[in-house]
Amino acid sequence: MEDRKLILDIQDLSIQYRVEGGTVHAVENLNLALGYGENLGFVGETGAGKTTTALGIMRLVPDPPGRITSGRILFEGADLLRKTEDEMRSIRGGKIAMIFQDPMTSLNPVMTVDKQIAEMVLLHNDVTERQALDRAVEMLELVGIRSERARDYPHQFSGGMKQRVVIAIALACNPILLIADEPTTALDVTIQAQVLELMRELRRKINTSLVMITHDLGIVAEMCDKVAIMYAGRVVEYATTEALYNRPVHPYTEGLFNSIPDIDRDEEELKVIQGLMPDPTNLPSGCPFHPRCPYAVESCSREAPGMVEIEPGHLVACPVRTEHRLNSVGWKGGAGR
Amino acid sequence: MSEQINKQPGQSMHGIGAVFARLRRSPLAMLGLAAVIALVLIAVFADYIAPYGYAAQDLMSAFEPPSANHWFGTDEFGRDLFSRIIYGSRISLQVGFIAVGIAVFAGGFLGAVSGYYGGRLDNLIMRGMDILLSIPSILLAIAIAASLGPGLFNLMIAVGISSTPNYARIVRGSVLSIRNQEFVEAAKAVGSSDLRIILKHIIPNCMAPIIVQSTLGVAIAILTAAGLSFIGLGIQPPVPEWGAMLSGGREYIRDYAYMTIFPGLAIMISILALNFLGDGLRDALDPKLKQ
Amino acid sequence: MLKYITRRILFLLPILIGVSFIVFTLLYLTPGDPARMVLGDQATEEAVREFRDKEGLNDPFLVQYGRYVYKAVQGDIGRSYMTRLPVAREIMNAFPYTVKLALFSMLIAIVLGIPFGIISAIKQYSLFDSVMMIFAMVGLSMPVFWLGILLILFFSVHLRWLPSSGFNTIAAMILPSVTLAAQSIAIVTRMTRSSMLEVVRQDYIRTVRAKGQKESVVIWRHALGNALIPVVTVVGLQFGNLLGGAVLTESIFSIPGVGRLMVDAIKMRDYPLVQGGVLFIAVAFSLVNLLVDLLYAWLDPRIKAQYR
Repeated sequence: MEDRKLILDIQDLSIQYRVEGGTVHAVENLNLALGYGENLGFVGETGAGKTTTALGIMRLVPDPPGRITSGRILFEGADLLRKTEDEMRSIRGGKIAMIFQDPMTSLNPVMTVDKQIAEMVLLHNDVTERQALDRAVEMLELVGIRSERARDYPHQFSGGMKQRVVIAIALACNPILLIADEPTTALDVTIQAQVLELMRELRRKINTSLVMITHDLGIVAEMCDKVAIMYAGRVVEYATTEALYNRPVHPYTEGLFNSIPDIDRDEEELKVIQGLMPDPTNLPSGCPFHPRCPYAVESCSREAPGMVEIEPGHLVACPVRTEHRLNSVGWKGGAGR
Repeated sequence: MSEQINKQPGQSMHGIGAVFARLRRSPLAMLGLAAVIALVLIAVFADYIAPYGYAAQDLMSAFEPPSANHWFGTDEFGRDLFSRIIYGSRISLQVGFIAVGIAVFAGGFLGAVSGYYGGRLDNLIMRGMDILLSIPSILLAIAIAASLGPGLFNLMIAVGISSTPNYARIVRGSVLSIRNQEFVEAAKAVGSSDLRIILKHIIPNCMAPIIVQSTLGVAIAILTAAGLSFIGLGIQPPVPEWGAMLSGGREYIRDYAYMTIFPGLAIMISILALNFLGDGLRDALDPKLKQ
Repeated sequence: MLKYITRRILFLLPILIGVSFIVFTLLYLTPGDPARMVLGDQATEEAVREFRDKEGLNDPFLVQYGRYVYKAVQGDIGRSYMTRLPVAREIMNAFPYTVKLALFSMLIAIVLGIPFGIISAIKQYSLFDSVMMIFAMVGLSMPVFWLGILLILFFSVHLRWLPSSGFNTIAAMILPSVTLAAQSIAIVTRMTRSSMLEVVRQDYIRTVRAKGQKESVVIWRHALGNALIPVVTVVGLQFGNLLGGAVLTESIFSIPGVGRLMVDAIKMRDYPLVQGGVLFIAVAFSLVNLLVDLLYAWLDPRIKAQYR
């Protein structure tokens, strides 16, 4: 995989929050790669560290209490963690844009939406304010908002419309990487479909790479080429969407699929994953999933599993499920402590 | 990010022990608590601490500056200022606590009824509170005290009534947020009486904001009372009220500044202590408010 | 917007009626016979009875209140027991001083409190922040009258820089305004700080950062615009405290304002003047609150929208 041109290559990233009563290991030795033009689905439960990873890429982890403690985030080959704040500012919005989870709170309530889009345009292009506002109206129309609503305030829009505005802001400067953090979670189901359709359409037009953070495997199936499954701050399985959906290997991934109701199969009850997400200040030793894992053996509580490539481009962090496979080539930067 | 931040383990702590544990982490709050306790002890044991009586005149030693005999000096009648300030703590604390007690009781009752029953009664009570709030509280206290006439008890009533609307609003707000929660619905379903629900469920659940507001309220009450005495509406001589002492010392400010400095210091330290404690309590009782 | 203004002015009416009722009731309950107060101890029973009849003091409470309101609407809120001059005129003469004092103090509180609060919030937990917060706490705990006396002691008696009384020159205005402003500076500082800290954590601030905006623009444009909304309310409420505090400040610095008038009236038991002063200040405070609400609606499009 070294020969592939990568737009984003995260290596051994660890991010911690210091809180009352301990340290939260929000992201721990995370490895992730994304090629140009690829769509990556980033899946995990609430609290798995998906948003923190995204904020880490943007270098927007709130400090205090958060801190990136180690690792590298290579964006187009250069480490973002070594950039100056000024360099970082021209990347934010210009090259990497982010769509946030809750559109209701993501827009400045005392500023009209066209100005909020124009602000983005002005920051990354050498244009006049007039031109920026024109571009803002253009963007609004692109996301399906009529131009006469440009001078409205956020509170005058519905949730779905607000998310369209947020998308317009994110895409205003043609970013080459778009991070969408659960862009539809806060929306009604029908609106979700519209927003996803919009994003798919815009991606075709603008052709950016996409990191889609979600806990919805259905969205991933529709939108993404690659999937990373995250659990307790670590990536536990990484594969093409096709491989992952056809051959999930990690017990946690398996659990996620089993907990989706399937109307074709007539099951009495869903197989839910036993137990709860561990306390983030006090993670279990070894593999953090072992207390909930039906396949756990004694060594799971001792040794943190490394990522193993079981077929080309399909990596799994579970020695129990992978040891019988022949293709056990160690992958750099396993999740060992 | 909010996912992790919201899971602060601190929030899972409950009960008085946990609140105190958090309070202990704030040095200013502990300083405030220590000073308030000291103040209460001084007031209780004033008879043993004060070297002279608060009204004991000794015209031979009038206007003596601070010395070993008279730590804070003496006033125009030769009364020992240190002793008067010690005794004065009784007045200030009494006024502070009783006035706030009146306000909490009256405001709490009005707010609870208003929030619990809602509708027209709520409207009536809260518009009444709005009217009281549209008069600056010290002016309302002045107007009431002027009508009732001077005296310790009247002062307490004036200060108490003038701060009643604040408590009514706080309690009403808490009641509204608690009223529709499941445990209250459950109590209603098993046939508890309204009074019982208010006393057993609603009041205990809005204690936190009341405790915080009361602590800060005692400070405000002491300040207001001292202000009223300062302009001659509060306690009359020879009762050693700090505000009145300050007012009395004003005439001699050019030559005997200590007569105004010490009573003022006494007021300020007491208020400061209560404010530190109140701020600390707010943070300790509501960790969400603190980052 | 016009609809909103009309609505707010209509809201004012019941408040004014309520305030006048409280003021009148307090006056009514005040011990002592107004007739005796006016006519003096030497007056005959005959004269007292005549006076009571003429002034309608024997009428039922509500009738008297009705008459009070009827007259108050025409600008007559009684006569001073002492000077026999109309209370309204006495207060109007004194009012400009009080307003000037309160406005100056408010200005000081805004000009100092808001920047202090912002800097404290940006540099949370820094030395500046800690020092400011302790100063603010001391400011909150300082009795107005004591601060005034200390300032006189230091700047007038000791240094002889500033006059200790009067309010007609700029120099004379400094000490009273600072004295009265102290508590408001503290409150505005604390409010601005906590409001800023709250706003800076909001999602929309993160959105602006994600655009690649400069931190200074994030703070001064986006955060401040939102953080000031609650501060405006607090500043408005402070105006009431300032008018109330003016009563004490004026009497310390011998400023012939409404507060001083009231304090003198209290000593003379000239109750119509006391109650008139309360009524007057309450009305002024309500009007200021009205202005603040309008300003609020102007600052916050969400509120403006409700009344389009």
